[in-house]
Amino acid sequence: MAAVRVEEVLAAADEQEAEKRRSVTVEKELELEFDLGNLLALDRNPPPAAGLRGAGPRREALLRALARDNAQLLVARLWELPAERAGGAGGPLVAQLPEPTFRLPREKPPPRPRPPTRWEQFARLKGIRRRKKTSLVWDEQAKEWRRRWGYQRAGGDPARAWVAEVPEGADPEEDQFARLRREKRERVARNELNRLRNLARAHRAAATIPAAPLHPTGHQSREELGHVARVARVSTASLGRFQPRLPKEPAEPPSRSGGRKRRFEPLLGNLAAERSRQLEMLRDMGSKKPVLDITRAVNKQLRQEEAEAAAAKGKKKQSQRGKRGRRQQRVGRSGKKSGARRQQQRPASSSTGGGKRKKA
Amino acid sequence: MRPLTEAETRSVFEKLGKYIGENIQLLVDRPDGTYCFRLHRDRVYYISEKLLKVAASVPRDNLVSLGTCFGKFTKTQKFRLSVTALDFLAPYAKFKVWVKPGSEQSFLYGNHVLKSGLGRITENTAQYQGVVVYSMADIPLGFGVAAKSTQECRKVDPMAIVVFHQADVGEYVRNEDTLT
Repeated sequence: MAAVRVEEVLAAADEQEAEKRRSVTVEKELELEFDLGNLLALDRNPPPAAGLRGAGPRREALLRALARDNAQLLVARLWELPAERAGGAGGPLVAQLPEPTFRLPREKPPPRPRPPTRWEQFARLKGIRRRKKTSLVWDEQAKEWRRRWGYQRAGGDPARAWVAEVPEGADPEEDQFARLRREKRERVARNELNRLRNLARAHRAAATIPAAPLHPTGHQSREELGHVARVARVSTASLGRFQPRLPKEPAEPPSRSGGRKRRFEPLLGNLAAERSRQLEMLRDMGSKKPVLDITRAVNKQLRQEEAEAAAAKGKKKQSQRGKRGRRQQRVGRSGKKSGARRQQQRPASSSTGGGKRKKA
Repeated sequence: MRPLTEAETRSVFEKLGKYIGENIQLLVDRPDGTYCFRLHRDRVYYISEKLLKVAASVPRDNLVSLGTCFGKFTKTQKFRLSVTALDFLAPYAKFKVWVKPGSEQSFLYGNHVLKSGLGRITENTAQYQGVVVYSMADIPLGFGVAAKSTQECRKVDPMAIVVFHQADVGEYVRNEDTLT
């Protein structure tokens, strides 16, 4: 019995060994291609055709098994690389990867060529081409070849120039050295200004191209924000037609040409349609007028109260003054307060002096 | 020459509405033909369809005027009504002012209408309402803006302005060169 048990134990142990090795060994028809620099393994074996069709857990299991096998092969290759202990004796084991051979595509798009500067445009127009200049110039004074500009240049150091002739027609009192320095400063400043302008032009040309992400808050320009807001408005299913607007945002009709050129209706288009559109606009304009003009109603009310108060005061004074007083009262009353408050007087409320007006 | 855009049409109708109110419909929708507004060199012209088709064949630089000029758009896109529109405003005017014979000439020279020259005024004229000015013989002389409402006109002193002058038929002689 013991022998049988021993055999069984050995068989079980063999079985376990084979199992372990099976998990580590993978058999493939075609060898995989490896790019260990990128940790890349390319499997060109044809996939099991029947299994991958159709969804379901079986497909999942097949794919998982495929991935496991390929990963096993890759890791086995990685273990064959020369390795060392990083950070001394107790550190992790690190493999030294070879140079990558697989060329990955670009992460970001290639840079756009910058637009030509004003001078470049002009030169292209006129057909002016660059003339290659020699790097050394013959200096007559020093009788040798000197560089064109810079250290030990051909014309001598301009800072050490000890004479500056007064040109004809110039003010004799003017300081020529100061003039030369000032002109040089102006030239430099103009050059710098033009350089910055060209840069700004290129930047603006680049900024008009859409789909540029926002700069972080604080670095955003007004145009950028406006542009992005416009793009965001149009990026809805109805192309921005039903987006609510902020209180002061102006209503923009959609421009089909993308805001480049204004387009008008044709001259002799459908005249009946034009007429109907205008009538509809008139109807809208007419309907928007408020039926009850609040200010007029309020003014009317105020005037009424004023008139009543004035009438009461007048009656009191009349009873004191008599007939002459009443006449004096009437003449004195002129429309001094006429203005915003009294827009329209009711005929009965005020004493209409003089029948000069005929009501039309 | 081109049709008016929606914003331009709106401003033109608003201006016209100040003088003739809702009677603009009668201008837009006429029984005796299709009339439309066209813009040429910042001026708005009211023209029949027949004439428009003929005018369309004239080159833009050579075209001076067509139909009736109602007014022009200023540089800041405000619409300014001109006297040449008087023939269309006068029959449909809502608020009218009649001027005495003595001060007709003053108005035709471009002055405002004073209370002393005021003959009649439509009842219920609000202040700053667009009005058409007539002579006592019911001949349209021009148009303007009421400086005072009808009730105020009654109480104000004789030298006060009651109608601000905007356009008058004397401009046909005074501004002969610039009218199109």
